[in-house]
Amino acid sequence: MRWIKISLGLAVIGIIGFFTVRELLMDPMYFFELFLGGLTRGSIYALIALGYTMVYGIIQLINFAHGEIYMIGAMTALIVASVLGMWGWNTAVIAILAFVFAIVYSCAYGFTVEKIAYKPLRNAPRLSALISAIGMSLFLQNYVMLAQTPDYLPFKSLIPDFKFWEPFAHIITSVEITIIITTVIVMILLGLLIKFTRIGKAMRATAQDKVMAALLGINVNNVISATFVVGSATAAIGGVLIACHVGQINFYIGFLAGLKAFIAAVLGGIGSIPGAVLGSLVLGISESYFTGYFYSEYEDVFAFTILVIILIFRPSGILGKHDTQKV
Amino acid sequence: MAIKNQIKQSLIIAFWFMILTFPIMVIKVNTIQNTIDFRWANLLWVGIVTFFASMVWNYFLRRNEAQKKKEIDDDIPLIHRLLQNDRFRRPFLGVVAAFFLAYPFVFPMYHTSIMISALVYVMLGLGLNIVVGLAGLLDLGYVAFYAVGAYAYALLNLHFGLSFWVVLPMSALLGTLFGVMLGYPVLRLRGDYLAIVTLGFGEIIRIVLENWDTFSNGPRGIADIPPPTFFGHYFDQHDTMIYIYFIVTGLVLMTIFFVNRLENSKIGRAWIALRDDEIACQAMGIDKFKTKLTAFALGATWAAMGGVVFAAKTSYINPMSFTIWESITILCVVVIGGMGSAIGVIAGALVLILLPEYLRAVSEYRMLVFGALQVIVMVFKPDGLIKSVRKVYTFNVQEKAIHEQTHT
Repeated sequence: MRWIKISLGLAVIGIIGFFTVRELLMDPMYFFELFLGGLTRGSIYALIALGYTMVYGIIQLINFAHGEIYMIGAMTALIVASVLGMWGWNTAVIAILAFVFAIVYSCAYGFTVEKIAYKPLRNAPRLSALISAIGMSLFLQNYVMLAQTPDYLPFKSLIPDFKFWEPFAHIITSVEITIIITTVIVMILLGLLIKFTRIGKAMRATAQDKVMAALLGINVNNVISATFVVGSATAAIGGVLIACHVGQINFYIGFLAGLKAFIAAVLGGIGSIPGAVLGSLVLGISESYFTGYFYSEYEDVFAFTILVIILIFRPSGILGKHDTQKV
Repeated sequence: MAIKNQIKQSLIIAFWFMILTFPIMVIKVNTIQNTIDFRWANLLWVGIVTFFASMVWNYFLRRNEAQKKKEIDDDIPLIHRLLQNDRFRRPFLGVVAAFFLAYPFVFPMYHTSIMISALVYVMLGLGLNIVVGLAGLLDLGYVAFYAVGAYAYALLNLHFGLSFWVVLPMSALLGTLFGVMLGYPVLRLRGDYLAIVTLGFGEIIRIVLENWDTFSNGPRGIADIPPPTFFGHYFDQHDTMIYIYFIVTGLVLMTIFFVNRLENSKIGRAWIALRDDEIACQAMGIDKFKTKLTAFALGATWAAMGGVVFAAKTSYINPMSFTIWESITILCVVVIGGMGSAIGVIAGALVLILLPEYLRAVSEYRMLVFGALQVIVMVFKPDGLIKSVRKVYTFNVQEKAIHEQTHT
């Protein structure tokens, strides 16, 4: 088994290396553009994947409704921006308010979903919580579809084309660079939050051992709620940014994005925050190269294939801890 | 006083939901005509509905808590108790059998057709129950094997003209083969890693079917799949439906029989043991990998057979029938019905498939209701509608004492 793995690994690395070098030499500019495209894509995945991985780290639940939270963030931003736009407000103010409302509402939805669908199931079998999450996801999708519209809605970008960015705009648009920079900032803030604040420490403690954390005076329910709120906030930022990038949204965008982000989180090692970021970047960049050089219709197949290959070599993801089972 | 507090709490919740749903329920923007539509009436409805819903919700939640404290853990569901009782079991099974025998002749074709789908889901549910309920492997890509079965029938018939009865056993074998092939590399993964990888396989098979035009005819699908024959004889449309109905009923009976026998066999007990404690199980000398692989492959077998019946019934298949939502529906059948319990799975399939069909009257809202119901059932009955009961071997103390006495 071992030599099969090693030779398979070497073959994969060899093929990837060969293509990389060849394409890099043939058309360096195109190669670089694909890299930046992948970076943008990976940043969005990372913003969504964070919510998955944080929730999983604390209550070991695949939060299927997370993609819907992201969709609701984008939807709220669209509604707020169009209402204010029709009232003739300043575009900068509109952009800020749309972001703020999207984040606040996503947090509120994340909080409420946890209270309704997951909290009563804290001690139930894990699959029951998963089905409850799936039900919630279906409910939210249909709720937005019925209350708004099943069609695609055009989303006018909230991020203007910056004047000072014009010389570089042919390589990477100002929306894309905003996405990458915002993601970096969010990651740093989140890292600081987890590492140094009281609630961050409480989160880490709860993730390690819920009972012990409760014994030490941490209110576990509040910590779980806080995790959902933080995860929803990053998802909302991701939602608004991707809507600006793509230019249209509908009630169903959350599902596929959520799925991809979840793959990214698993790829990096679910439960680990740096893992989610790394996994997202790996997935985003490799997808970008794959669609750029090979077939775009097999994009999702490729994403899953990477996942399977990586999990065969590292069964707990790239940065996942290989926890030994104890009796 | 308590009532007053509850009303106050529900009012706060209603108010919270009114704020929460405000942008999506009330404002409707038309970006093309630049008009904003404020639907204030919706706000009122949200308030009223959530107020009463939260009252009911809290009441039942409290009742559930109170019941949990009272009861000891040996609450066997009513249906199991009744089925264990010999005096009840015979007439009950008789009535059920009579109902299913008479069903296609009493009800119109439309209802027969719906019942066929429900019964196919019973088969799929029982198959997935082996994987998820008994062996404890979370499989989110079960639909892949269903697709394998359906396409096996469609393609083998199209190219080689093989009939339903030839393909049915072949597809069962093919399903097993695919189960082994997909299971082999991934069954070493644990828990949710397995779930996401199986989900991936399900999607891969669907996308390949969608894009590989020369093989599967792409998104256009395959039409004119013939219905099953009766010793080379075709029925007219109406009789075909009844014929398929009885085929499915037969297959379901066979499935129930097999699953029941498997559950209490050596391998079935190994699955349950593996689900409950992997390490203890390995210490007892059970080959973990082989046992898991058997469960996975056997589950795939039923899915493939279900696929053949599905293709024969609809006479047209395309990749859209095999999306991830299909896997999720089958998983819901198993979990909502009651994991590991065959009766539960049957009940789950009938409820989950028949309910949305008959909710077509309110077709717009049916998926909304369906999602909400999933959450509600899980919150109030986390073990499923009919939970499984472990087989108990009764041990007669008196008899043993006598036995010992005679030997000493």
